[in-house]
Amino acid sequence: MSGYLIHSARQLADKIYEYWVEAPRIATKHAAGQFIILRLHDHGERIPLTVVETNPQSGQIRLIVQVAGKTTEEFAQLKTGDFILDLVGPLGQATHIHNWGNLIVIGGGVGSAPLLPIAKAAKAGGNKVHAIIGARSKDLLILTEEFETVCDEVRVCTDDGTFGTKGFVTDVLNSWCETGTRFTYGIAVGPVPMMRAAAKTMGQWGIPGLASLNPIMLDGTGMCGACRVTVNNVTRFACVEGPEFDIHGVDFNELMMRNRSYINEEHEAVEHAHQCQLNEMIKHVRAEA
Amino acid sequence: MSEQKRNLKAHPTRTPMPERDPLERVKGFDEVPLGYTEEMARAEAERCLDCKNPKCVAGCPVNINIPKFLREVREGRYQDAADTLRTTNSLPAVCGRVCPQEEQCEAVCIEGIKHDPVAIGNLEKFVADWERAHRTITTREVVETTGRRIAIAGSGPAGLTVAGDLAKLGHDVTIFEALHRPAGVLAYGIPEFRLPRAIVKSEIEYIERLGVKFVYNVVIGVTVTLDELFEEGYDAVFIGTGAGLPKMLGVPGENLIGVFSSNEFLTRINLLGADRFPEFDTPVLHAKHTVVVGGGNTAMDSARVAKRLNQARVSLVYRRSEEELPARKEEVHHAKAEGIEFSLLCNPVEVIGDENGRVKAIRCIRMELGEPDASGRRKPVEIKGSEFNLECDAVIVAVGNAPNPILTKATPDLELTKWGTIKVDPDTNETSKRGVYAGGDIVSGAATVILAMGAGRKAATAMHEYLMNLPAKQNMQAS
Ligand SMILES: Cc1cc2nc3c(=O)[nH]c(=O)nc-3n(C[C@H](O)[C@H](O)[C@H](O)COP(=O)(O)OP(=O)(O)OC[C@H]3O[C@@H](n4cnc5c(N)ncnc54)[C@H](O)[C@@H]3O)c2cc1C
Ligand SMILES: Cc1cc2nc3c(=O)[nH]c(=O)nc-3n(C[C@H](O)[C@H](O)[C@H](O)COP(=O)(O)OP(=O)(O)OC[C@H]3O[C@@H](n4cnc5c(N)ncnc54)[C@H](O)[C@@H]3O)c2cc1C
Ligand code: SF4
Ligand code: FES
Repeated sequence: MSGYLIHSARQLADKIYEYWVEAPRIATKHAAGQFIILRLHDHGERIPLTVVETNPQSGQIRLIVQVAGKTTEEFAQLKTGDFILDLVGPLGQATHIHNWGNLIVIGGGVGSAPLLPIAKAAKAGGNKVHAIIGARSKDLLILTEEFETVCDEVRVCTDDGTFGTKGFVTDVLNSWCETGTRFTYGIAVGPVPMMRAAAKTMGQWGIPGLASLNPIMLDGTGMCGACRVTVNNVTRFACVEGPEFDIHGVDFNELMMRNRSYINEEHEAVEHAHQCQLNEMIKHVRAEA
Repeated sequence: MSEQKRNLKAHPTRTPMPERDPLERVKGFDEVPLGYTEEMARAEAERCLDCKNPKCVAGCPVNINIPKFLREVREGRYQDAADTLRTTNSLPAVCGRVCPQEEQCEAVCIEGIKHDPVAIGNLEKFVADWERAHRTITTREVVETTGRRIAIAGSGPAGLTVAGDLAKLGHDVTIFEALHRPAGVLAYGIPEFRLPRAIVKSEIEYIERLGVKFVYNVVIGVTVTLDELFEEGYDAVFIGTGAGLPKMLGVPGENLIGVFSSNEFLTRINLLGADRFPEFDTPVLHAKHTVVVGGGNTAMDSARVAKRLNQARVSLVYRRSEEELPARKEEVHHAKAEGIEFSLLCNPVEVIGDENGRVKAIRCIRMELGEPDASGRRKPVEIKGSEFNLECDAVIVAVGNAPNPILTKATPDLELTKWGTIKVDPDTNETSKRGVYAGGDIVSGAATVILAMGAGRKAATAMHEYLMNLPAKQNMQAS
C-alpha cells in the first residue's frame, strides 16, 4: 500500500472524525489558515480539508472531517494503519496575523476545526482572543476544551439548547457586544449561512474581519477556477488567494449557490456507493451460502 | 548511401489520414485519426524530394532531421527512423499528434510550394507508434552516474524532456508534480481522442526506465522551496510549471452555475474521470446546449469533449473570423465534422442565469473586422446595438491561460517579466537564481508542446554543462 499513513483515527462527535496522518513535509511547512487536498483512492474525488494542528517532530498532521457526502463517508470508514492515496499541501494563504487587540473568533459546526489553529496563532500574536463555538446540538460540539485552553474566554451555544446558551452564534455575539465588550476584529468559520449571518452581526457592531470560505475545489493550485468566489465585486480564486477573505465583501449568496452546483450528482454518488456496497454484501452472502 | 531513382512526379497529393467516422466517434473518446498503414506511410514518404537544402528541418522547432527519417521510412527501416526522431524529440508519439505542423515543418516544405506538403506529422505519428508497438524494453543504457542530483518542478513536456535528457547523461533526476498524475497538459488538458492516455503512459514509463523518479502531490515553492531543494542536496533545479492560470471573461454572470474555465471542464474529465461518474466520484454538469468561448486548441478540445459527454448541441463563440482561429486546422476540421456550430465574429457581454443561479443564456454582441492590430491580425470591433441572446445551459471559457504564479509568488528572488513569466538567459534558459533553470510555458507564456520540449532540451544541455563544472562534492554521502 502506498500513500499517506493514518497514524490514529477516532470519532469526536456524531459524524465527525479526527485523524493524525503522516505527511512530514506539510507538517513542517503548514501555517494557520492553510489546508490540504486529498484523494482517497484511484476513482476518488479531490477534496479540501483544513490542517487543524501539526506535529513537525513526528511529521504528522491533524485532520477533522465531518461526513457530508460520498468522499467524507468513505473517509469515516478509514482506520488507524490505513492509507490515503494522495495528499497535497499546504495550500492557500496562511492567516495574516496582526495585533488586532480584542479578537472574536466564531466557529460553527465543523468550522470550529479550521478555526482552532487561527485562534492559537492569533493568541501567540499577542491578541486577546474570545471565542464563540456553536453547533446544532450537544453531540455535534467539538474542540470546546481546546478552545478553553487557547482563548481568554469561550462561550458555547447550541441551536437546541442541549449545551451552553440556546441559540445561534450571532445571538451570543449580540449579547456579548450588548454588555459593552468592544471587539476590534472578528474571524468566522462555519457553514455559509452562519458566516453570512456573522458578517451581518459583525457589521452591525462595526467589527471588521475575515471569513474562511469553503467553495468546491479541484486542483487547489489556481489551475481550474472551480473555487471562484466574489469578494468586493472581484472574482478571486479561493484556493490560492484565500481561503480567508474580507467577511464584509464576500458574496455569500453566490458561494451558497455555487456549492449547490452538484447537489443532484452528490446524492447519486452516495446512492451508487450504497448500491455497490449492497451488491458486495449480497455477493458475500451468496459466496458463503 | 544513394537511393534508387524515384518517380517524384507521381504523387502530387498527400496520402489522406484515415479517420473514424464523425457520427460514430462522437459516441466515445477513441482516437480520431486511425494512423497510416505501412503501405500508406511508405507511399507518403516517397513524396519527399530529399532536398539539398531542406527547409522543413529549420521549420521544426527542435530541428528533427526530417529528410533522414523519411528516407528511413521509405526503406522500411522504422527503428532507425524512430532513433532519428528521438535524437532531437523526446516525445515523438505526442508531437506527431499535437504539433501545429501546418505552421512549422509542413509550412515550409518545398514539395508544398506546388503540391501538398509532405505529411510529416502523420509520418512522425506512424514511426512513433511503430516503435511503441515493437519497442523491446531497453533497460537503462549503462552510463556512468555523475552523482549530481536534479529536481524538476512540473511534469509537463518541458519537465519530461529535461528529465529524460539529464538521466541519459547519468544524472540523478527527480520530478516533483503538484497534481496526482504526471504529464501536465498532456494529461489534464488534451483529451483522449487526440492523445490516447496509453501513449502518454508509455512515454512516462520510458522516462521512468531511464531512472527518473516521480514524486506527486508536491507543489514546489510551497511544499518545498527552491532553497530547501538545494539544502536537501539537489545541485540544480528546472522549473517547468506551465501556463495553468485560466483567464476568465470578466463579464457579469461569469460565476453562475454552469460556467467553467476550459481547464476545469477538461480536468474533471481527463484527470478525474467525470465522464464515467458515478463509477468515478467527480461529477461534471451535463448540458443540452454548451457554448464554448474562444478559438484556440483549448476551445476546440472543450467543444469536442462537450459533444461526446452530452451528445447534444455545442456551439463555439469566437470574436474574429474563421481565418484567424488560432486552433490547428485539423482540429477545426474535426470539430466541424462532429457537428460543432461556429458562431464567428461574436463576443460575449454577459452570462444570464435563472432563479437558481444556473446559466440560461449567454448574451453576445456581433463584431466586424477593423484595422490590423499589433499582432497583424485585423482587430475585431463591436457592432453597436447588435446584441443577442444565445440560449444555453453551460458556458466553457477558453480564452487563454496565463503563467502559473504559485511557484513564482513563493520565490521572490526569481526575476519575472511584466507578464509574470520567468526571465531566463535566452542561450541557457538559466534564471536569475543560480543553478535554477526554467522553460516551457512558464517562460514563453502559453505556447506549444514542441516549444516546451525544445526549451527543455536547451536547458538540459546548459544544465549538464553547469553540473559538470560544479566543484566536486565534499562528501557525496552527506546529502
Ligand atoms: C478550504 C476548505 C477547507 C475545508 N476544511 C474542512 C475541514 O477541516 N473539515 C471538514 O469536514 N470539511 C472541510 N471542508 C469541506 C469539505 O471539503 C467538504 O465537506 C467535502 O469536500 C465534501 O465531500 P463529499 O464527497 O463527502 O460530499 P459531497 O456530497 O460531494 O458534497 C457535500 C457538500 O460539500 C461541498 N463539496 C463537495 N465537493 C467539494 C470539493 N471538491 N471541494 C470543496 N467542497 C466540496 C459542496 O458544498 C457539497 O454540497 C473544507 C472545504 C474547503 C474549501
Ligand atoms: C486544452 C489544451 C490543448 C492544447 N493543445 C495543444 C496542441 O494541440 N498542440 C500543442 O503543441 N500545444 C497544445 N497546447 C499547449 C501545450 O499543451 C502547452 O504549451 C505545453 O503543455 C506546455 O508544457 P509545459 O511543460 O511548459 O507545461 P504544462 O504542460 O502546463 O505542465 C506543467 C506542469 O507543472 C505542474 N506544476 C505547476 N506548478 C507546479 C509547482 N509549483 N510544483 C510542481 N508542479 C507544478 C502542473 O501541475 C503541470 O503538471 C494545449 C494546451 C491546452 C490547455
Ligand atoms: S516535431 Fe513537429 S515541427 Fe518537428 S517535424 Fe515533427 S511535426 Fe514537424
Ligand atoms: S481549486 Fe482549482 S483553481 Fe482553485
